[in-house]
Amino acid sequence: MSEKILLKGNEACAMGAILAGCRHYFGYPITPQTEIPEYFAKHMPEAGGVFLQAESEIAAISMVYGAAATGRRAMTSSSSPGISLKQETISTLSAGDLPCLIVNVARGGPGLGCIQGAQSDYFQSVKGGGHGDYRLLTLAPNSVQEMMDLTILGFELADKHRNPVLILSDGVVGQMMEPVSVPEPVTSFPEKPWAAVGAKGRPKNIINTLHLNAAVCEERNRELQAKYKRIADAELRYEEIDTQDADLVLVAYGISSRIALTVKNRARAEGLKVGVLRPITLWPFPTEALRRLAERVKGFLAIEQSAGQMVEDVRLAVEGRAPVAFHGRSGGVMIQLDDVEADVRKLLGR
Amino acid sequence: MMHEMIFAGFGGQGIMLMGQLLAQAGLEEKRNVSWIPSYGPEMRGGAANCSVVISDEVIGAPVVQKPQLALAMNLQSKEKFEEMVAPGGQFIINGSIVPDPPRRADVRNYVLPLNELAAGLKSAKVLNMIALGAVFEASQAVAEESVYKAMDFMFGKKLASRPDLAELNRKAFQAGREALKKAAQG
Amino acid sequence: MEEKLVFSRPEALTDMPTHYCPGCHHGIIHRLVAEVIDELGVRENTVGVASVGCSILAYDYFNVDMVGALHGRAPAVATGVKRGRPDSVVFTYQGDGDLAAIGTAEIIHAAARGENFTVVFVNNAIYGMTGGQMAPTTLDGQRTQTSPAGRDPHLAGHPLRMSELIATLSGPSFVTRTAVNTPARINQTRKAIKKAFELQLAGRGLGFVEVLSTCPTNWGLGAVESGQWVDSHMIPYYPLGVFKED
Repeated sequence: MSEKILLKGNEACAMGAILAGCRHYFGYPITPQTEIPEYFAKHMPEAGGVFLQAESEIAAISMVYGAAATGRRAMTSSSSPGISLKQETISTLSAGDLPCLIVNVARGGPGLGCIQGAQSDYFQSVKGGGHGDYRLLTLAPNSVQEMMDLTILGFELADKHRNPVLILSDGVVGQMMEPVSVPEPVTSFPEKPWAAVGAKGRPKNIINTLHLNAAVCEERNRELQAKYKRIADAELRYEEIDTQDADLVLVAYGISSRIALTVKNRARAEGLKVGVLRPITLWPFPTEALRRLAERVKGFLAIEQSAGQMVEDVRLAVEGRAPVAFHGRSGGVMIQLDDVEADVRKLLGR
Repeated sequence: MMHEMIFAGFGGQGIMLMGQLLAQAGLEEKRNVSWIPSYGPEMRGGAANCSVVISDEVIGAPVVQKPQLALAMNLQSKEKFEEMVAPGGQFIINGSIVPDPPRRADVRNYVLPLNELAAGLKSAKVLNMIALGAVFEASQAVAEESVYKAMDFMFGKKLASRPDLAELNRKAFQAGREALKKAAQG
Repeated sequence: MEEKLVFSRPEALTDMPTHYCPGCHHGIIHRLVAEVIDELGVRENTVGVASVGCSILAYDYFNVDMVGALHGRAPAVATGVKRGRPDSVVFTYQGDGDLAAIGTAEIIHAAARGENFTVVFVNNAIYGMTGGQMAPTTLDGQRTQTSPAGRDPHLAGHPLRMSELIATLSGPSFVTRTAVNTPARINQTRKAIKKAFELQLAGRGLGFVEVLSTCPTNWGLGAVESGQWVDSHMIPYYPLGVFKED
C-alpha cells in the first residue's frame, strides 16, 4: 500500500474537514462540488457527526450559522450560483464573529453559466459578495493536497480569529485526483465561552448583528475593521517561485497557478527570466510583495480563468510602477499553455 | 520524464476508471500523478474522457492539452482528440466501432479490435482492462508490477471473493498488450 | 402584615422594558414562553432563536442564550443550533411575514424533518415592524399600506393558514392555533406552549404553536378594539384548535 492516497480534490476537502474536527456539514447538491456532500453523507455518521442535506443553499448556510453559534466546527460547500445564494448569511456570519468554513468549488458564470471550473468568483469572494464592510479570509488551493491542508488550516484560522473562512477552489481542482499525504487529526480545540449553549451559571450570550443605534453600529464596524487588520497582518500567505532574477512575473492563484508554473518552466528552459507569484490567501492579498517586485521587474502577467478580476488587485498593488498584462479565458474554457507562452514571449520582446 | 495522456470514449466503457488505475500505478512507483475527468451530464452515456499525467517532476498544468498518447474508444472521441495529439505522439483507436481510418501522418496510429478482444474473453466488462494493456504497452509509463499492484489496491476488496474476475482482468490486460505489440509490428 | 409575593417577572425574562406598542400581544406571548421555560426548569439550557420582524429584539427580552436569525431563516438556524447541541432546549419566535412569506421553505422543511425544537408563531395578519404592509396572512379585503384598497385575492391570493398546512406533514408532533385576547385563552396558550416544550424534551419532534395576535398601530385600532378584531375577523378565518397531536 502507498503512503499517499489518490483522492479527488472534493474528497480531500471533506476528509480534511473531518480531520479538522468538523462534525456539522450542511449542504445542497450542485456540480462541480457534489462529491463533498456525498463524502460527508457516507463518512459523517461513522465520525459521529451530522450531515444534513438542506432544502436550499440559503437554509444550508443558515444551519451552519446555527451550529457555529453553538461553538461547533461547521461548514457548507457549494458552487458559484449556490454561493451567490448564501451571501446574505455570509455577511451575517461575519458580522456575528462566527467561525465557520465555506467552500466554493467555482464554475463558469455569470448566471447558471456552465459546470466547468472557472475563477470568475474572485470579486465575490474578496470584495464582499454580501452587503456591508466585511472581509472573508480567503484561501485558494491549487492542488488536491492543498484542498485538504487549507481546509484544515481554514478551520484553525476561523476559530483563531472568530471569522468565517472561504476556500475558493474551482471545478478542476475539485474534480482532479492527485496523491495526498493525510495528516493526523486535530485534537486540540479552543474554548468558545461566547457560544450560545445555554446560560448555565453565567449571564446570557447573545449572537446578534442588529444595531438599531447608528453609533453602536459604527463602533461594531470599528471592531470588525480592527479584527481585519489583525488578520491581514498575521495571515498573509503566498508563494514566490524563481522571482529573484525575473524580468517577468506571472501572477496566478488556484488552477491558473499550475498553468503559470508550467509556462514558467518552459520559459526558463528557453533562457527567459520568468517567475511566478502565487497568492495562497486572496484576502489578505500579497500587495507588498508585488510592490517590491514592481521596483525591479519589467512587468507582470496576471493569469486567470476569468475575464480579469484578480488583475485589478495586482494593478492596485503595483500602482503603475510596472506594466501589468492579463491573460484569461472565461466560461470554464481552459487557458491554453501555448497561448500564455506566446504572451510571455511577446512581453519579453522575443 | 513526463507522460501526458488522454483517454476518451462512451460513458460506461470504463475509461475513467482505467485512467485512475494508471494514475494509481504511477503512485505505486511514488511518482507525481494527476487525473482529471470531464464531468457533468455527459458522464451518463455520453462522451467521457480523462487526462492522466505521470511524471518524475512536479506536475504543473494538470489538464493535458497536447497528449503524447491518446486513446479513442469511439468515433466521437477520435474526432475530438485526434488533432490534439502531439506530433510524434501515439494514437490508439478502437477499430471495432470506429470505421474511419486515422488521419494524422505525424503520429503513430494503432487501430485495435478492442471489442472483439473483449468478446473473445466472453466479457464486455473487461474492455477497459484490454485498453489499459494497449495504453501500457504503448506508453511504457509504468512497470507491469505497478499495474497489478494498482489493480489489487483498487479492486482488492471487491474481488477478494472472486479470484476468477481478478484473473480475468489480468488476462484482459495482457490481451491488450499483445494486440498493441502485434499492431506495432504490422 | 405579612406580604405574600403573588406576581413577579419570570426568571427567563430580562427586566428590560419592551418596545412593543400598547395593546400588542407580543409582551403577553413573551411572558408565556418565559413562564414555561421557568416551570420546566430549563432556563440555563435553553437557546432561543429570534427572527426579523417586531420580535427581532426578543434577544434582549428573553433571559436565555439567544441567536438572532436573518429574515425567515429561524427554523434553519434552529436546526443548526439543535443539531449542534442536541441536549439544549431550542425555540424559535417568529412573526407571520417571517414564517409564512420569506421563510416558508425553512419552516416547511424543518417541520417535515421533525426537527426537535419548538416554534412560537405569532400571527397578527400584517407586517408590523416595517409599518403595516400586507402579509401572507393579511385577510381578504384587509387594508394595509401595500393593499390600500383592501387585499385583493385576484392579485394577492388568499391568506395562508400555516397551522393547517404544517399539520399535513408527518414530522411535527403537535400543531395548534391559540389566541391571547382573553384570560382563558392566555391560559390555553400557556398550556399549548408548555406542551410543545415538553414534547421537545421527550424528543418527539417539532411543536408548532400559532398564536393570533394584534397590531393596534397598523390596524388603526385601539387596544380593546384590536382584541375584539381578533374575535370578529381573525378567528373566523383562522379557527382555534389543535390540528395535529401525536
